[in-house]
Amino acid sequence: MWRAIPVLAAVWALALAGCGGSGDDTLTVSAATSLKTALTQYGGRFEDAKARFSFAGSDELAAQIRKGAKPDVFASANTKLPDELYDEGLVERPVTFAGNRLVLAVPASSDAGIASLRDLKKPGTTLAIGSETVPVGSYTRTVLSRLPESESSAILENVRTQEPDVAGIVGKLTQGAVDAGFVYVSDVRATGGKLKAIELPEALQPTVAYGVAVVKGAKNGDAAEAFVDGLLDGDGKQALDEAGFEPPPAQ
Amino acid sequence: MRPFPLVLAGSLAVSLLFLTVPVAAIFLDTSPAELVRSLGEEGALDALRLSLICSTIALGLIVLFGTPAAWLLATRRFRGRALVITLVELPLVLPPAVAGIGLLAALGPHGVFGGAIGNRLVLTTAGVVCALTFVSAPFYIRQAQAAFESLDRTWLDASRTLGATEARTFARIAIPAAGSGLLAGLALAWGRALGEFGATLMFAGSFRGITQTVPLAIYERFGTDFTGALALSAVLVGVSAALLLSVKLLSGAGWLGGAAR
Repeated sequence: MWRAIPVLAAVWALALAGCGGSGDDTLTVSAATSLKTALTQYGGRFEDAKARFSFAGSDELAAQIRKGAKPDVFASANTKLPDELYDEGLVERPVTFAGNRLVLAVPASSDAGIASLRDLKKPGTTLAIGSETVPVGSYTRTVLSRLPESESSAILENVRTQEPDVAGIVGKLTQGAVDAGFVYVSDVRATGGKLKAIELPEALQPTVAYGVAVVKGAKNGDAAEAFVDGLLDGDGKQALDEAGFEPPPAQ
Repeated sequence: MRPFPLVLAGSLAVSLLFLTVPVAAIFLDTSPAELVRSLGEEGALDALRLSLICSTIALGLIVLFGTPAAWLLATRRFRGRALVITLVELPLVLPPAVAGIGLLAALGPHGVFGGAIGNRLVLTTAGVVCALTFVSAPFYIRQAQAAFESLDRTWLDASRTLGATEARTFARIAIPAAGSGLLAGLALAWGRALGEFGATLMFAGSFRGITQTVPLAIYERFGTDFTGALALSAVLVGVSAALLLSVKLLSGAGWLGGAAR
């Protein structure tokens, strides 16, 4: 047993070497889960620093920053959270860098017969939505609030789980645990055909705008600014386009 | 004083500090008034009730199947025993996310056995029980096996030579004699079940009153209501500590035989 220790130590050393240190050339980015595909792409092309990402619900990431976490960049699936953090003096002035569309997503192989919002009211239909605190959940509630009260309550009746981020909703959908869920159109694209998007009527569509800000006291301020610039015009913008994001909506 | 005892004392001090400061901070950061307020909040009591119900059912299942299984593992030598023990203990070292994926892959609607049962477990209270049982059962079985193994063989042999069947020996001698060890396993498994997060979220989802246990409710609050999250954490610490303590007292007082150790 003891002879295994040098081997274990060697494995550890290799693993640690592989992870690399977090020296001055790293840029830490806290970003909304829905940005994962686009930003991971962008991170690979970003040259000023080695970008490291922490993806979670925007609300969780904002709470971490409020509790003293210091990533270099905060990218949120709404503009409310970066604005709040700006007002609290925790981040530099945020900019809106992308838009997205909320859609109804169903598994591509589904036989639940869901073709529109109307079908969500059927008893026995199962739904996954975001929790109230995460942007995707609050956009979903905006959509539902624009429906007649009887319809929205019938739909809420069918909700089986309130997930902390879009990854949770997508996971429940791809596993067939629910018949439908509300996610962004870019999330559906990222599943590579496993999910199908059903567009919402234009009158119900909420304005989905993504805000980004450099965190005050960022260790790597220059790289952080370059990263944000690239999202507005450059490799980041291109990665966002490829992932199915839209240009930032007019304010 | 010689250096080694100093090293021991220093190590204990460091361990104690590191392990208690986060727990203490939960209580230092919440006033009792906030604690009460957050418990009165919609969803908090639902989560607490759900956690207690689901973990109790899970524990019942674990004891029912785990105790005889542990007895078999402790008393028999057979080919592949080491492999069986390793398989039983494996969930101990699985990350909760892996447990969640595994449960979905096995029992989810698209899972290996999903056709028949999938939709009755995923996103249901039964699914929570299933996740809790999966992650916490090894804690009990492992401890129960050790407790049975450390029993004095002569007691068991005496029981057998006096004509008792194995079933009777198991029920009347082994279980009472291993009582404190079984209880310790129970407390560990219970604590693990109360704290389960990842597998529950992936397999059973998060819905108030149906599948949102206390850890999931804490996570939901973290983003917007840190105080509420802290208060709920304090309650969970309290419940878990009470559990651990009552087991220690019960077995310490020798009410359950306590001969195993």
